[in-house]
Amino acid sequence: MFDFLTETFMLRAFIVGILVSLTSALLGVSLVLKRYSMIGDGLSHVGFGALSIAAVFGIAPLAVALPVVTVAAFLLLRLNESSKIKGDSAIAIISTGSLAIGIIAVSISGGMTVDISNYLFGSILTMSHSDVVLSTILASSVILIFVLFYNKIFAVTFDESFSRATGIKAGGYNSLIAVLTAVTVVVGMRMMGTLLISSLIIFPALTSIRIFKSFKSVIICSSILSVSCFFIGLVSSYILETPTGATVVCINIIAYIVFYLISYVKRKLLQHRRSAS
Amino acid sequence: MPLINCNNIALSYESRTVVKDLSFDVHEGDYLCVVGENGSGKSTLIRALLGLKSLSHGSIVFSEGLSKNEIGYLPQQSGIQKDFPASVYEVVLSGTLNSSGFLPFYKKKNRLTAEENMEKLGITDLKNACYKELSGGQQQRVLLARALSATKKLLLLDEPTSGLDPIVSSDFYRIIEKLNRDDGITVIMVSHEIKTAIKYATHMLHLHRNHSFFGPKEHYLECNDCKKLLEGGSDNV
Repeated sequence: MFDFLTETFMLRAFIVGILVSLTSALLGVSLVLKRYSMIGDGLSHVGFGALSIAAVFGIAPLAVALPVVTVAAFLLLRLNESSKIKGDSAIAIISTGSLAIGIIAVSISGGMTVDISNYLFGSILTMSHSDVVLSTILASSVILIFVLFYNKIFAVTFDESFSRATGIKAGGYNSLIAVLTAVTVVVGMRMMGTLLISSLIIFPALTSIRIFKSFKSVIICSSILSVSCFFIGLVSSYILETPTGATVVCINIIAYIVFYLISYVKRKLLQHRRSAS
Repeated sequence: MPLINCNNIALSYESRTVVKDLSFDVHEGDYLCVVGENGSGKSTLIRALLGLKSLSHGSIVFSEGLSKNEIGYLPQQSGIQKDFPASVYEVVLSGTLNSSGFLPFYKKKNRLTAEENMEKLGITDLKNACYKELSGGQQQRVLLARALSATKKLLLLDEPTSGLDPIVSSDFYRIIEKLNRDDGITVIMVSHEIKTAIKYATHMLHLHRNHSFFGPKEHYLECNDCKKLLEGGSDNV
């Protein structure tokens, strides 16, 4: 029954999927805690705009999307710091703007091509060899950089003014988070689709925060959760013949509900014990 | 030579000048209490001392023995998110980051510093507790332990006791006093509880737009501004 697991396209999907799940889980924790949950969503729309334009000119999609999304990530963080446009409106402006440009570009280039629809809804099962190599390199570098700067990312996320005050270059680490997020979104778009990639960033973090109380345990739980949900999602999407990206998201929703229930029961038990004693 | 020399500084906040022509010195071992009405620029001054805010005029000079990564800072509680998952140990340990440079991981020395400071503030048994589930007083001790992990010389505290009940708050003042007296740590504290604050301070800085007062506590007690504040009777000055 599980023969399909050894097929080449499945193996590719697993390698890229696990790496992307890991990167998005790691970054997701910082983004959710910094109240930047929607940045992933905004950036994926920017990614869509960039891809469509790349399609018009016949350029390789990732080569255009990566720099454009990175610039957008910087802009969003900058706008967040200045108080003239609030963070959520900044994201709305940039994401709907690029969506509009993307739609125009798509219609110019002669409607929805397979390539564009692949990026819109994700198509992890049709990845080429070069897609896999590029995704693997990018995702591994994100993971490596995150691990190396883990302590500083914690400090800056927990209390930016203290970090700045004691001489940590908080601005630099915010930019670092922005670049890593941009890379994650671009790589993840291929797999999850621009419409769904942000859920991969947000869900594992939100789910883990329900139960775990230290930063390290939340990070570890998110990583395990994200990879497991992806694995279960990919296998069940194959068996049920459902779209992979959407199935992974649904598994994440189930995990969130389970964690929510566990934390609810734990809280009730604690209250019960307190009132009893 | 003073630890910090502020020469004729002016500070503005949202293009409004809040402090003008302010000069003062802080020497090693001083306990300086900064008071003033709301909006008089107390927090802005602290941010300027930390280098988070640029001066519109004048200069702040630190003595050679004090580099920027040797300042311990206790921010106002509001700066920290209420629902952040972090253990006490993680928070205290993060205070030692400024001394570890580009190294990606904590060294044994960092861990020892963090553990010493937790011991000093009596929060060792909370090591693995979740920061957000602690009481207000415990949280302040954790943040103080973090600040101490970042410095052995200078502590800047921005209204550390706001929101704490009187007993916890006076405990906290005693801890600060002990750090100042026994460990020789220089303290600069913004406070709105002038009566308690004045008890421990060696110097007072009363911010007022045009005629700020700076001097030893004894002189301050004799000046009119101070009497007005103290007779006002309320702690919310």
